[in-house]
Amino acid sequence: MNSFFKYFTDIFYAVKSLLTGMKVTGRYFFSPWEIVTQQYPENRKTLKMYDRFKGEVIMPHNEHNEHRCTGCGICETACPNGSIEILQAKIDMPDGKKKRIIDKHIYHLDMCTFCGLCIKSCPSEAIVWGQEFEHAVFDRSKLTKILNKPGSSIIKDIVE
Amino acid sequence: MKEIINLPVKNVEEEEYHINMGPQHPSTHGVLRLVVSLQGEIVKSLKPHCGYIHRGIEKMCEKDTYPQIIHLTDRMDYLSAHINNHAVCMLVEKALEVEVPERVTYIRTIIDELNRIASHQLWWCSFGMDMGGLTCFFYGLRDREKILDIFEESFGSRLLHSYYTPGGLMMDIHPDFQKNVKAFIKYFRKKIKDYDDLLTGNIIMQLRTKGVGILTKEDAISYGVTGPSGRASGFACDVRKHHPYGVYDKTEFKEILGTKGDTFERYMMRMHEMLESMKIIEQLIDNIPAGDYKAKMKAVIKLPAGEYFQRVEAARGELGVYVVSDGNKSPYRMKFRSPNFSNLSVLDHISRGCKIADLVAIGGSLDYVIPDIDR
Ligand code: SF4
Ligand code: SF4
Repeated sequence: MNSFFKYFTDIFYAVKSLLTGMKVTGRYFFSPWEIVTQQYPENRKTLKMYDRFKGEVIMPHNEHNEHRCTGCGICETACPNGSIEILQAKIDMPDGKKKRIIDKHIYHLDMCTFCGLCIKSCPSEAIVWGQEFEHAVFDRSKLTKILNKPGSSIIKDIVE
Repeated sequence: MKEIINLPVKNVEEEEYHINMGPQHPSTHGVLRLVVSLQGEIVKSLKPHCGYIHRGIEKMCEKDTYPQIIHLTDRMDYLSAHINNHAVCMLVEKALEVEVPERVTYIRTIIDELNRIASHQLWWCSFGMDMGGLTCFFYGLRDREKILDIFEESFGSRLLHSYYTPGGLMMDIHPDFQKNVKAFIKYFRKKIKDYDDLLTGNIIMQLRTKGVGILTKEDAISYGVTGPSGRASGFACDVRKHHPYGVYDKTEFKEILGTKGDTFERYMMRMHEMLESMKIIEQLIDNIPAGDYKAKMKAVIKLPAGEYFQRVEAARGELGVYVVSDGNKSPYRMKFRSPNFSNLSVLDHISRGCKIADLVAIGGSLDYVIPDIDR
């Protein structure tokens, strides 16, 4: 008799637990204001990333096509996986001395792990995080970027 | 008339056969291969084959400097990335006898706990999915998103942050950090009731987990099963309680211990732990002292020659970092004692005699992250 009674109480509690779960899903079904899904490709116009978002490493240039990079190569040493290559050039100064400047700041986005050590270690704050995150390309070589723009030069007041 | 040939009939019931579970199987949560030996659908024994995602992190550390090692530890147990970073940072700070500012220890403790909640939320999602409840997956991820937003706002990334550096933090927390964390706690306290309604009380889940995969306290200790899985068996192994670091000694929280050690108990441990983590955060979030966000460190960090060890409580158990230094700027040898590896080793022991469907439940409740096993 006891097990017979238990059989029915078990069924009762089983149905009750299933209904409790369905109550939750039902509640969300009828409260569309709780939906948090973002319609990503459609909202591209209004989508704004957080200020500190790490999209890629970029080198800001001012309106005279000038940047702050001295070509010291500290970021290259700080990078744990060789994502940055610095090619230096020598120029003749008016006083006859030779000076190192940056020739190419090569950044391999495909190898970058976004650790931020390069940006933190740069003494002249020449590189910062960019907000771009749509990095998908068809050819991997497109992910190797040269950060200093062609014909750019260093801002005058930066001293090494 | 055709002659009836009597083929010798083998008793298939008694024959043992092997199947491969993984490396591409949704319920192994990664590239883990289990060679399961079955009789009928009873698991006789099982052999885990790891190494599919071995990247040689320990070897790579030997050529990296200490600040560079941080970003590799993110990629071991990626769901408790901050906690892994914390272990290496504390090891370096201890070896150099650097006093980190109080602000840093507070922030680190809060973020560790947020990370623990996020990790348990994702575990809850995938455990529900292993049990066949796909709804859980969406609700869990919805709430985890709130934590990831807080992370993204403060440190720019969602999963692999590399936010701690030896001696402090990469940058200060975002001005809105405290406000957002408090809003999250308020939100999640409400939503965690849904979790209980959806899965904890569910009859299917209860019947599939209660009394399944029992791990005794003695076995938990001898296999070195730590974290929520070990505590479910009554093994008091919470590093935060027994060897406090950060500001855990100033906070009040309970180390919840189970008694039965079955799959359901392991499930409940994590549900309780989320509540405890919220309690810790609530005690700290208003009291973050002002100050600097990093201590003064030398530009090149060199540990004095010797051996160092540091352990922390990661989301899945005890993570130990062991370094042998010869006085250079990178370690001579680095070894991680990862919680998931020990937790995996017990899988064969506790799943013998279970049905193969129960193996999925047991695996889900041990909550392993494969990159941490292989490293
Ligand atoms: S980006 Fe900064 S660290 Fe790198 S070469 Fe230029 S100035 Fe030096
Ligand atoms: S973010 Fe890290 S991995 Fe990427 S270029 Fe900078 S230092 Fe290298």
